Amino acid sequence: MLKKLQILLQYLGSISFFIGDIFWWMFTKKRDFRAVKREIILIGINSLPLVSLISFFVGIIIAFQTAYQLKQFSSEIYIASLVALSLVRELGPVLGSLIVAARSGAAITAGIGSMKISEQVDALEAFAVNPVDYLVVPKFIALLIAMPVLIIYADCLGIFGGYLVGNSKFGIPFHFYFKLTFDALKMRDILSGMIKSVCFGSIIAFVSSYEGFKPFSSTDVSESVTHSVVRSFIFIIICDCILTALFYFMF
Amino acid sequence: MAEVMIKLDNVCKFFGEKQVLRGANLSVEKGETFLLIGRSGAGKTVLLKNIIGLLRPDSGSIFIDNVDITKLSNKELEKVRYQFGLVFQSSALFDFLTIEENVGFFFYQHTNLKKSEIRKKVKETLALVGLEGIEDHYPYELSGGMKKRVAIARAVIYNPKIIIYDEPTTGIDPIAVDKVVSLIEDLHKRLAITSLVVTHDLEVGMKISERIAFLLGGKIIFQGKKDDLKNINDPRIMQFLHGSSAGPIKEMEV
Repeated sequence: MLKKLQILLQYLGSISFFIGDIFWWMFTKKRDFRAVKREIILIGINSLPLVSLISFFVGIIIAFQTAYQLKQFSSEIYIASLVALSLVRELGPVLGSLIVAARSGAAITAGIGSMKISEQVDALEAFAVNPVDYLVVPKFIALLIAMPVLIIYADCLGIFGGYLVGNSKFGIPFHFYFKLTFDALKMRDILSGMIKSVCFGSIIAFVSSYEGFKPFSSTDVSESVTHSVVRSFIFIIICDCILTALFYFMF
Repeated sequence: MAEVMIKLDNVCKFFGEKQVLRGANLSVEKGETFLLIGRSGAGKTVLLKNIIGLLRPDSGSIFIDNVDITKLSNKELEKVRYQFGLVFQSSALFDFLTIEENVGFFFYQHTNLKKSEIRKKVKETLALVGLEGIEDHYPYELSGGMKKRVAIARAVIYNPKIIIYDEPTTGIDPIAVDKVVSLIEDLHKRLAITSLVVTHDLEVGMKISERIAFLLGGKIIFQGKKDDLKNINDPRIMQFLHGSSAGPIKEMEV
Protein backbone atom coordinates (compact mmCIF):
# COMPACT_ATOMS: atom_id res chain seq x y z
CA MET A 1 0.00 0.00 0.00
CA LEU A 2 2.72 2.40 1.06
CA LYS A 3 4.75 1.30 -1.94
CA LYS A 4 1.85 2.02 -4.29
CA LEU A 5 1.43 5.48 -2.80
CA GLN A 6 5.13 6.08 -3.31
CA ILE A 7 4.87 5.07 -6.98
CA LEU A 8 1.89 7.38 -7.44
CA LEU A 9 3.69 10.31 -5.85
CA GLN A 10 6.78 9.63 -7.94
CA TYR A 11 4.64 9.59 -11.07
CA LEU A 12 2.94 12.85 -10.17
CA GLY A 13 6.31 14.38 -9.35
CA SER A 14 7.98 13.50 -12.61
CA ILE A 15 4.95 14.46 -14.69
CA SER A 16 4.93 17.87 -12.98
CA PHE A 17 8.52 18.44 -14.05
CA PHE A 18 7.51 17.42 -17.53
CA ILE A 19 4.62 19.89 -17.52
CA GLY A 20 6.97 22.58 -16.27
CA ASP A 21 9.24 21.81 -19.23
CA ILE A 22 6.33 22.13 -21.65
CA PHE A 23 5.38 25.56 -20.34
CA TRP A 24 8.98 26.71 -20.28
CA TRP A 25 9.51 25.82 -23.94
CA MET A 26 6.10 27.13 -24.88
CA PHE A 27 6.97 30.67 -23.84
CA THR A 28 10.68 30.80 -24.56
CA LYS A 29 10.84 29.92 -28.23
CA LYS A 30 9.46 31.27 -31.44
CA ARG A 31 6.99 28.81 -32.85
CA ASP A 32 6.34 27.53 -36.31
CA PHE A 33 2.59 27.56 -36.63
CA ARG A 34 2.57 25.11 -39.51
CA ALA A 35 3.42 22.37 -37.02
CA VAL A 36 0.55 23.47 -34.78
CA LYS A 37 -1.79 23.51 -37.77
CA ARG A 38 -0.78 19.97 -38.70
CA GLU A 39 -1.50 18.81 -35.16
CA ILE A 40 -4.87 20.57 -35.08
CA ILE A 41 -5.84 18.67 -38.22
CA LEU A 42 -4.62 15.36 -36.80
CA ILE A 43 -6.05 15.80 -33.33
CA GLY A 44 -9.13 17.95 -33.85
CA ILE A 45 -10.49 17.75 -37.36
CA ASN A 46 -9.87 14.03 -37.76
CA SER A 47 -11.78 13.40 -34.54
CA LEU A 48 -14.89 15.16 -35.86
CA PRO A 49 -16.71 12.12 -37.34
CA LEU A 50 -16.35 9.99 -34.21
CA VAL A 51 -17.23 12.85 -31.86
CA SER A 52 -20.26 13.73 -34.01
CA LEU A 53 -21.52 10.18 -34.08
CA ILE A 54 -21.24 9.67 -30.34
CA SER A 55 -22.57 13.04 -29.18
CA PHE A 56 -25.52 12.83 -31.56
CA PHE A 57 -26.57 9.49 -30.11
CA VAL A 58 -25.88 10.63 -26.57
CA GLY A 59 -28.25 13.57 -27.19
CA ILE A 60 -30.98 11.15 -28.26
CA ILE A 61 -30.34 8.88 -25.28
CA ILE A 62 -30.50 11.68 -22.71
CA ALA A 63 -33.70 12.98 -24.30
CA PHE A 64 -35.37 9.60 -23.90
CA GLN A 65 -34.04 9.09 -20.39
CA THR A 66 -35.22 12.46 -19.14
CA ALA A 67 -38.56 12.08 -20.94
CA TYR A 68 -39.05 8.79 -19.12
CA GLN A 69 -38.69 10.54 -15.76
CA LEU A 70 -40.56 13.70 -16.73
CA LYS A 71 -43.52 11.65 -17.91
CA GLN A 72 -44.49 11.17 -14.26
CA PHE A 73 -45.11 14.91 -13.98
CA SER A 74 -46.36 15.19 -17.58
CA SER A 75 -43.78 17.88 -18.14
CA GLU A 76 -41.89 16.42 -21.12
CA ILE A 77 -41.44 19.95 -22.37
CA TYR A 78 -38.42 20.27 -20.05
CA ILE A 79 -36.36 17.77 -22.00
CA ALA A 80 -35.02 20.67 -24.09
CA SER A 81 -33.42 22.41 -21.13
CA LEU A 82 -32.28 19.20 -19.44
CA VAL A 83 -30.60 17.88 -22.56
CA ALA A 84 -28.90 21.21 -23.14
CA LEU A 85 -27.67 21.59 -19.57
CA SER A 86 -26.40 18.07 -19.07
CA LEU A 87 -24.63 18.13 -22.42
CA VAL A 88 -23.03 21.54 -22.17
CA ARG A 89 -22.03 21.35 -18.52
CA GLU A 90 -21.04 17.72 -18.26
CA LEU A 91 -21.44 15.09 -20.91
CA GLY A 92 -20.12 17.04 -23.88
CA PRO A 93 -16.72 17.84 -22.35
CA VAL A 94 -16.31 14.49 -20.63
CA LEU A 95 -17.36 12.21 -23.48
CA GLY A 96 -15.58 14.37 -26.02
CA SER A 97 -12.30 14.28 -24.14
CA LEU A 98 -12.57 10.56 -23.45
CA ILE A 99 -12.93 10.04 -27.20
CA VAL A 100 -9.99 12.32 -27.96
CA ALA A 101 -7.90 10.61 -25.25
CA ALA A 102 -8.62 7.19 -26.71
CA ARG A 103 -8.13 8.29 -30.27
CA SER A 104 -5.56 11.09 -30.44
CA GLY A 105 -3.93 10.50 -27.06
CA ALA A 106 -3.13 6.93 -28.03
CA ALA A 107 -1.82 8.16 -31.37
CA ILE A 108 0.43 10.74 -29.68
CA THR A 109 1.90 8.14 -27.33
CA ALA A 110 2.45 5.60 -30.09
CA GLY A 111 3.97 8.23 -32.36
CA ILE A 112 6.46 9.60 -29.84
CA GLY A 113 7.13 6.08 -28.52
CA SER A 114 8.11 4.70 -31.90
CA MET A 115 10.29 7.75 -32.52
CA LYS A 116 11.99 7.11 -29.20
CA ILE A 117 12.79 3.46 -29.91
CA SER A 118 14.04 4.20 -33.42
CA GLU A 119 16.51 6.79 -32.04
CA GLN A 120 14.68 9.68 -33.68
CA VAL A 121 14.25 11.42 -30.32
CA ASP A 122 18.02 11.11 -29.77
CA ALA A 123 18.55 12.43 -33.27
CA LEU A 124 16.51 15.52 -32.41
CA GLU A 125 18.72 16.18 -29.40
CA ALA A 126 21.83 15.56 -31.45
CA PHE A 127 20.68 18.34 -33.77
CA ALA A 128 20.29 20.60 -30.72
CA VAL A 129 16.49 20.49 -30.92
CA ASN A 130 14.64 19.81 -27.70
CA PRO A 131 12.16 16.93 -28.15
CA VAL A 132 9.66 18.48 -25.74
CA ASP A 133 9.79 21.73 -27.65
CA TYR A 134 9.63 20.14 -31.08
CA LEU A 135 7.21 17.26 -30.48
CA VAL A 136 5.08 18.07 -27.44
CA VAL A 137 4.44 21.82 -27.41
CA PRO A 138 2.72 21.92 -30.84
CA LYS A 139 0.46 19.06 -29.73
CA PHE A 140 -0.33 20.84 -26.47
CA ILE A 141 -1.22 24.10 -28.23
CA ALA A 142 -3.26 22.18 -30.80
CA LEU A 143 -5.24 20.46 -28.05
CA LEU A 144 -5.82 23.75 -26.24
CA ILE A 145 -7.31 25.21 -29.42
CA ALA A 146 -9.07 22.15 -30.80
CA MET A 147 -10.76 20.84 -27.65
CA PRO A 148 -13.14 23.75 -26.90
CA VAL A 149 -14.13 23.97 -30.56
CA LEU A 150 -14.68 20.25 -30.76
CA ILE A 151 -16.76 20.28 -27.59
CA ILE A 152 -19.01 23.15 -28.72
CA TYR A 153 -19.57 21.25 -31.93
CA ALA A 154 -20.35 18.07 -29.98
CA ASP A 155 -22.80 19.98 -27.76
CA CYS A 156 -24.64 21.32 -30.81
CA LEU A 157 -24.99 17.88 -32.34
CA GLY A 158 -26.20 16.40 -29.05
CA ILE A 159 -28.80 19.15 -28.73
CA PHE A 160 -29.89 18.43 -32.26
CA GLY A 161 -30.25 14.75 -31.33
CA GLY A 162 -32.42 15.79 -28.39
CA TYR A 163 -34.53 17.95 -30.69
CA LEU A 164 -35.21 14.97 -32.98
CA VAL A 165 -36.67 13.09 -30.02
CA GLY A 166 -38.61 16.12 -28.73
CA ASN A 167 -40.03 16.80 -32.15
CA SER A 168 -40.92 13.31 -33.31
CA LYS A 169 -42.13 11.88 -30.00
CA PHE A 170 -43.60 14.91 -28.27
CA GLY A 171 -44.29 17.22 -31.19
CA ILE A 172 -42.28 20.18 -29.90
CA PRO A 173 -41.75 22.54 -32.83
CA PHE A 174 -38.26 23.61 -33.92
CA HIS A 175 -38.28 27.26 -32.82
CA PHE A 176 -39.91 26.43 -29.49
CA TYR A 177 -37.41 23.66 -28.71
CA PHE A 178 -34.49 25.99 -29.35
CA LYS A 179 -36.07 28.85 -27.46
CA LEU A 180 -36.33 26.54 -24.44
CA THR A 181 -32.74 25.42 -24.95
CA PHE A 182 -31.29 28.91 -25.06
CA ASP A 183 -33.44 30.09 -22.17
CA ALA A 184 -32.00 27.35 -20.02
CA LEU A 185 -28.37 27.89 -21.04
CA LYS A 186 -26.62 30.68 -19.19
CA MET A 187 -23.19 32.02 -20.02
CA ARG A 188 -21.79 30.34 -16.91
CA ASP A 189 -22.90 26.90 -18.20
CA ILE A 190 -21.11 27.37 -21.47
CA LEU A 191 -18.08 28.80 -19.68
CA SER A 192 -17.82 25.88 -17.27
CA GLY A 193 -18.01 23.45 -20.19
CA MET A 194 -15.23 25.34 -21.95
CA ILE A 195 -13.01 25.44 -18.88
CA LYS A 196 -13.49 21.70 -18.52
CA SER A 197 -12.62 21.01 -22.12
CA VAL A 198 -9.41 23.06 -21.88
CA CYS A 199 -8.40 21.24 -18.68
CA PHE A 200 -9.14 17.82 -20.13
CA GLY A 201 -7.31 18.69 -23.34
CA SER A 202 -4.24 19.62 -21.30
CA ILE A 203 -4.46 16.37 -19.35
CA ILE A 204 -4.50 14.42 -22.61
CA ALA A 205 -1.48 16.35 -23.92
CA PHE A 206 0.52 15.91 -20.70
CA VAL A 207 -0.22 12.26 -20.04
CA SER A 208 -0.01 10.97 -23.60
CA SER A 209 3.26 12.68 -24.43
CA TYR A 210 4.79 11.87 -21.06
CA GLU A 211 4.03 8.18 -21.64
CA GLY A 212 5.39 8.49 -25.16
CA PHE A 213 8.91 9.21 -23.91
CA LYS A 214 9.01 6.14 -21.69
CA PRO A 215 9.40 3.09 -23.96
CA PHE A 216 12.74 1.42 -24.64
CA SER A 217 11.48 -1.38 -26.88
CA SER A 218 8.50 -2.11 -29.10
CA THR A 219 6.74 -4.08 -26.37
CA ASP A 220 7.09 -1.04 -24.13
CA VAL A 221 5.28 1.04 -26.77
CA SER A 222 2.10 -1.03 -26.52
CA GLU A 223 2.29 -0.87 -22.75
CA SER A 224 2.79 2.88 -22.86
CA VAL A 225 -0.23 3.35 -25.12
CA THR A 226 -2.38 1.37 -22.69
CA HIS A 227 -1.06 3.43 -19.78
CA SER A 228 -1.61 6.62 -21.70
CA VAL A 229 -5.30 5.93 -22.36
CA VAL A 230 -6.06 4.47 -18.94
CA ARG A 231 -4.28 7.23 -17.02
CA SER A 232 -5.83 9.96 -19.16
CA PHE A 233 -9.27 8.51 -18.38
CA ILE A 234 -8.54 8.40 -14.66
CA PHE A 235 -7.17 11.93 -14.52
CA ILE A 236 -10.01 13.30 -16.65
CA ILE A 237 -12.66 11.77 -14.40
CA ILE A 238 -10.94 12.96 -11.21
CA CYS A 239 -10.47 16.44 -12.66
CA ASP A 240 -14.10 16.48 -13.77
CA CYS A 241 -15.28 15.58 -10.29
CA ILE A 242 -13.24 18.40 -8.75
CA LEU A 243 -14.29 20.97 -11.35
CA THR A 244 -17.97 20.03 -11.16
CA ALA A 245 -17.95 20.47 -7.40
CA LEU A 246 -16.08 23.75 -7.75
CA PHE A 247 -18.48 25.15 -10.35
CA TYR A 248 -21.45 24.07 -8.23
CA PHE A 249 -20.24 26.24 -5.38
CA MET A 250 -18.88 29.04 -7.54
CA PHE A 251 -21.79 29.65 -9.91
CA MET B 1 51.98 15.77 -31.63
CA ALA B 2 48.70 16.50 -33.34
CA GLU B 3 46.00 18.52 -31.64
CA VAL B 4 43.53 16.54 -29.55
CA MET B 5 39.87 16.92 -30.59
CA ILE B 6 38.09 14.58 -28.20
CA LYS B 7 39.54 13.60 -24.85
CA LEU B 8 37.86 11.42 -22.23
CA ASP B 9 39.30 11.38 -18.77
CA ASN B 10 38.21 8.63 -16.40
CA VAL B 11 34.55 8.71 -17.45
CA CYS B 12 32.08 6.68 -15.37
CA LYS B 13 28.39 6.25 -16.03
CA PHE B 14 25.78 4.41 -14.02
CA PHE B 15 22.26 3.38 -14.97
CA GLY B 16 20.65 2.76 -11.62
CA GLU B 17 22.78 0.08 -9.98
CA LYS B 18 24.46 -0.95 -13.19
CA GLN B 19 27.79 0.64 -14.06
CA VAL B 20 28.21 0.86 -17.81
CA LEU B 21 31.37 2.95 -18.07
CA ARG B 22 34.13 2.28 -15.54
CA GLY B 23 36.70 5.00 -16.03
CA ALA B 24 37.07 5.20 -19.79
CA ASN B 25 40.04 7.14 -21.18
CA LEU B 26 40.29 8.07 -24.82
CA SER B 27 41.85 10.69 -27.02
CA VAL B 28 41.04 11.37 -30.64
CA GLU B 29 43.29 13.65 -32.66
CA LYS B 30 42.15 16.36 -35.02
CA GLY B 31 41.52 15.19 -38.56
CA GLU B 32 41.98 11.47 -38.01
CA THR B 33 39.55 8.61 -38.46
CA PHE B 34 39.34 6.84 -35.15
CA LEU B 35 37.77 3.45 -34.60
CA LEU B 36 36.10 2.38 -31.38
CA ILE B 37 35.39 -1.33 -31.22
CA GLY B 38 33.80 -3.51 -28.61
CA ARG B 39 31.17 -6.16 -28.21
CA SER B 40 27.47 -5.43 -28.63
CA GLY B 41 26.34 -3.96 -25.34
CA ALA B 42 29.83 -2.99 -24.22
CA GLY B 43 28.69 0.58 -23.72
CA LYS B 44 29.84 1.99 -27.04
CA THR B 45 26.63 3.88 -27.70
CA VAL B 46 26.58 5.13 -24.11
CA LEU B 47 30.12 6.41 -24.58
CA LEU B 48 29.06 8.22 -27.75
CA LYS B 49 26.07 9.78 -26.06
CA ASN B 50 28.37 11.05 -23.34
CA ILE B 51 30.70 12.56 -25.92
CA ILE B 52 27.95 14.53 -27.63
CA GLY B 53 26.39 15.48 -24.31
CA LEU B 54 23.13 13.55 -24.65
CA LEU B 55 24.09 11.85 -21.40
CA ARG B 56 26.18 13.34 -18.65
CA PRO B 57 28.85 11.19 -17.01
CA ASP B 58 28.57 10.54 -13.28
CA SER B 59 32.27 11.28 -12.88
CA GLY B 60 35.24 12.16 -15.07
CA SER B 61 35.61 14.85 -17.70
CA ILE B 62 35.16 15.06 -21.45
CA PHE B 63 37.06 17.65 -23.48
CA ILE B 64 35.80 18.61 -26.93
CA ASP B 65 38.25 20.92 -28.67
CA ASN B 66 39.76 21.70 -25.24
CA VAL B 67 36.42 22.60 -23.61
CA ASP B 68 35.25 20.46 -20.71
CA ILE B 69 31.65 19.79 -21.69
CA THR B 70 30.75 18.16 -18.38
CA LYS B 71 30.94 21.62 -16.76
CA LEU B 72 28.70 23.35 -19.28
CA SER B 73 25.06 24.29 -18.77
CA ASN B 74 22.43 22.74 -21.00
CA LYS B 75 22.28 25.92 -23.05
CA GLU B 76 26.02 25.95 -23.71
CA LEU B 77 25.96 22.24 -24.40
CA GLU B 78 23.53 22.86 -27.23
CA LYS B 79 26.10 25.07 -28.92
CA VAL B 80 28.70 22.32 -28.54
CA ARG B 81 26.38 19.97 -30.41
CA TYR B 82 26.62 22.17 -33.48
CA GLN B 83 30.17 20.83 -33.82
CA PHE B 84 28.98 17.25 -34.15
CA GLY B 85 27.41 15.38 -37.02
CA LEU B 86 25.89 12.14 -35.93
CA VAL B 87 25.00 9.11 -38.02
CA PHE B 88 22.80 6.82 -35.97
CA GLN B 89 22.81 3.05 -35.94
CA SER B 90 19.26 2.89 -37.28
CA SER B 91 19.78 6.01 -39.46
CA ALA B 92 17.04 7.67 -37.35
CA LEU B 93 15.63 9.71 -40.22
CA PHE B 94 12.44 11.52 -39.23
CA ASP B 95 9.64 9.47 -40.76
CA PHE B 96 7.18 12.33 -41.03
CA LEU B 97 9.53 14.62 -42.96
CA THR B 98 10.64 14.40 -46.57
CA ILE B 99 14.27 13.66 -47.44
CA GLU B 100 14.82 17.35 -48.13
CA GLU B 101 13.42 18.37 -44.75
CA ASN B 102 15.46 15.63 -43.10
CA VAL B 103 18.76 16.61 -44.67
CA GLY B 104 18.07 20.31 -44.23
CA PHE B 105 16.74 19.80 -40.71
CA PHE B 106 19.57 21.69 -39.04
CA PHE B 107 19.06 24.74 -41.28
CA TYR B 108 15.28 24.68 -40.88
CA GLN B 109 15.66 24.64 -37.10
CA HIS B 110 18.57 26.92 -36.43
CA THR B 111 18.82 29.38 -39.30
CA ASN B 112 16.56 31.77 -41.19
CA LEU B 113 17.73 30.65 -44.61
CA LYS B 114 15.15 30.70 -47.37
CA LYS B 115 13.59 27.43 -48.44
CA SER B 116 15.14 27.68 -51.90
CA GLU B 117 18.62 28.16 -50.43
CA ILE B 118 18.21 25.18 -48.14
CA ARG B 119 16.98 23.11 -51.03
CA LYS B 120 20.08 24.01 -53.02
CA LYS B 121 22.36 22.99 -50.16
CA VAL B 122 20.43 19.75 -49.70
CA LYS B 123 20.83 18.95 -53.39
CA GLU B 124 24.58 19.54 -53.21
CA THR B 125 25.01 17.42 -50.11
CA LEU B 126 22.91 14.59 -51.49
CA ALA B 127 25.09 14.65 -54.61
CA LEU B 128 28.11 14.38 -52.32
CA VAL B 129 26.79 11.08 -50.97
CA GLY B 130 25.82 9.92 -54.46
CA LEU B 131 22.07 10.40 -54.33
CA GLU B 132 19.86 12.58 -56.47
CA GLY B 133 16.23 13.16 -57.31
CA ILE B 134 14.92 11.84 -53.98
CA GLU B 135 14.38 15.18 -52.19
CA ASP B 136 10.60 14.85 -52.08
CA HIS B 137 10.45 11.19 -51.12
CA TYR B 138 9.83 9.98 -47.59
CA PRO B 139 12.33 7.81 -45.68
CA TYR B 140 10.15 4.69 -45.82
CA GLU B 141 10.43 4.72 -49.60
CA LEU B 142 14.20 4.20 -49.46
CA SER B 143 16.33 1.09 -48.95
CA GLY B 144 18.46 0.66 -45.82
CA GLY B 145 21.67 1.59 -47.64
CA MET B 146 20.14 4.72 -49.11
CA LYS B 147 18.76 5.76 -45.72
CA LYS B 148 22.27 5.40 -44.31
CA ARG B 149 23.63 7.71 -46.98
CA VAL B 150 20.85 10.23 -46.38
CA ALA B 151 21.70 10.08 -42.67
CA ILE B 152 25.34 10.81 -43.54
CA ALA B 153 24.25 13.73 -45.73
CA ARG B 154 22.12 15.06 -42.86
CA ALA B 155 25.13 14.88 -40.54
CA VAL B 156 27.67 16.61 -42.79
CA ILE B 157 25.49 19.33 -44.33
CA TYR B 158 26.31 22.00 -41.72
CA ASN B 159 30.07 21.34 -41.78
CA PRO B 160 30.56 19.93 -38.29
CA LYS B 161 34.06 19.59 -36.88
CA ILE B 162 33.53 16.00 -35.82
CA ILE B 163 31.44 13.34 -37.44
CA ILE B 164 30.41 10.28 -35.48
CA TYR B 165 29.24 7.06 -37.09
CA ASP B 166 27.40 4.66 -34.79
CA GLU B 167 27.52 1.23 -36.42
CA PRO B 168 27.47 2.63 -39.96
CA THR B 169 27.31 -0.78 -41.62
CA THR B 170 24.93 -2.71 -39.40
CA GLY B 171 21.81 -4.02 -41.08
CA ILE B 172 22.63 -3.29 -44.71
CA ASP B 173 23.72 -5.64 -47.49
CA PRO B 174 27.42 -6.18 -48.43
CA ILE B 175 27.26 -4.04 -51.56
CA ALA B 176 25.68 -1.18 -49.64
CA VAL B 177 28.32 -1.68 -46.92
CA ASP B 178 31.05 -1.23 -49.50
CA LYS B 179 29.40 1.94 -50.76
CA VAL B 180 29.02 3.39 -47.28
CA VAL B 181 32.64 2.53 -46.44
CA SER B 182 34.02 4.20 -49.55
CA LEU B 183 31.74 7.14 -48.86
CA ILE B 184 33.14 7.54 -45.35
CA GLU B 185 36.70 7.40 -46.72
CA ASP B 186 35.85 9.81 -49.49
CA LEU B 187 34.17 12.31 -47.18
CA HIS B 188 37.09 12.14 -44.81
CA LYS B 189 39.49 13.03 -47.61
CA ARG B 190 37.33 15.79 -49.03
CA LEU B 191 36.11 17.48 -45.87
CA ALA B 192 39.14 16.73 -43.67
CA ILE B 193 37.07 16.41 -40.51
CA THR B 194 37.64 14.27 -37.46
CA SER B 195 35.70 11.04 -37.68
CA LEU B 196 34.85 8.66 -34.89
CA VAL B 197 33.56 5.30 -36.05
CA VAL B 198 31.94 2.93 -33.61
CA THR B 199 31.39 -0.60 -34.80
CA HIS B 200 31.81 -4.27 -34.02
CA ASP B 201 32.47 -4.98 -37.68
CA LEU B 202 36.25 -5.34 -37.57
CA GLU B 203 36.85 -5.70 -41.27
CA VAL B 204 35.11 -2.43 -42.06
CA GLY B 205 36.67 -0.67 -39.11
CA MET B 206 40.21 -1.69 -40.02
CA LYS B 207 39.70 -0.50 -43.56
CA ILE B 208 38.73 3.05 -42.77
CA SER B 209 40.53 3.96 -39.58
CA GLU B 210 44.04 4.99 -38.62
CA ARG B 211 43.87 4.48 -34.89
CA ILE B 212 41.83 2.09 -32.78
CA ALA B 213 40.49 1.80 -29.27
CA PHE B 214 39.02 -1.35 -27.79
CA LEU B 215 36.21 -1.04 -25.25
CA LEU B 216 35.59 -3.91 -22.85
CA GLY B 217 33.68 -3.93 -19.59
CA GLY B 218 33.27 -0.14 -19.66
CA LYS B 219 37.03 0.48 -19.95
CA ILE B 220 39.32 1.16 -22.87
CA ILE B 221 41.70 -1.80 -22.73
CA PHE B 222 43.70 -0.88 -25.80
CA GLN B 223 44.36 2.31 -27.68
CA GLY B 224 46.84 2.79 -30.48
CA LYS B 225 47.76 2.52 -34.15
CA LYS B 226 46.17 -0.10 -36.34
CA ASP B 227 49.52 -1.86 -36.84
CA ASP B 228 50.15 -2.08 -33.10
CA LEU B 229 47.15 -4.35 -32.81
CA LYS B 230 49.01 -7.08 -34.74
CA ASN B 231 51.79 -7.30 -32.17
CA ILE B 232 49.53 -7.27 -29.16
CA ASN B 233 49.15 -10.39 -27.05
CA ASP B 234 46.27 -9.48 -24.78
CA PRO B 235 44.20 -12.70 -24.96
CA ARG B 236 40.93 -10.74 -24.80
CA ILE B 237 41.77 -8.69 -27.87
CA MET B 238 43.12 -11.77 -29.67
CA GLN B 239 39.83 -13.51 -29.01
CA PHE B 240 37.86 -10.61 -30.45
CA LEU B 241 40.12 -10.31 -33.48
CA HIS B 242 39.78 -14.00 -34.26
CA GLY B 243 36.08 -13.95 -33.55
CA SER B 244 36.18 -17.05 -31.38
CA SER B 245 33.79 -17.92 -28.59
CA ALA B 246 36.52 -19.76 -26.63
CA GLY B 247 38.76 -17.50 -24.59
CA PRO B 248 38.84 -15.20 -21.59
CA ILE B 249 35.73 -13.22 -22.64
CA LYS B 250 32.64 -15.20 -21.69
CA GLU B 251 29.39 -15.17 -23.63
CA MET B 252 27.52 -13.17 -21.03
CA GLU B 253 30.34 -10.76 -20.35
CA VAL B 254 30.39 -7.51 -22.23
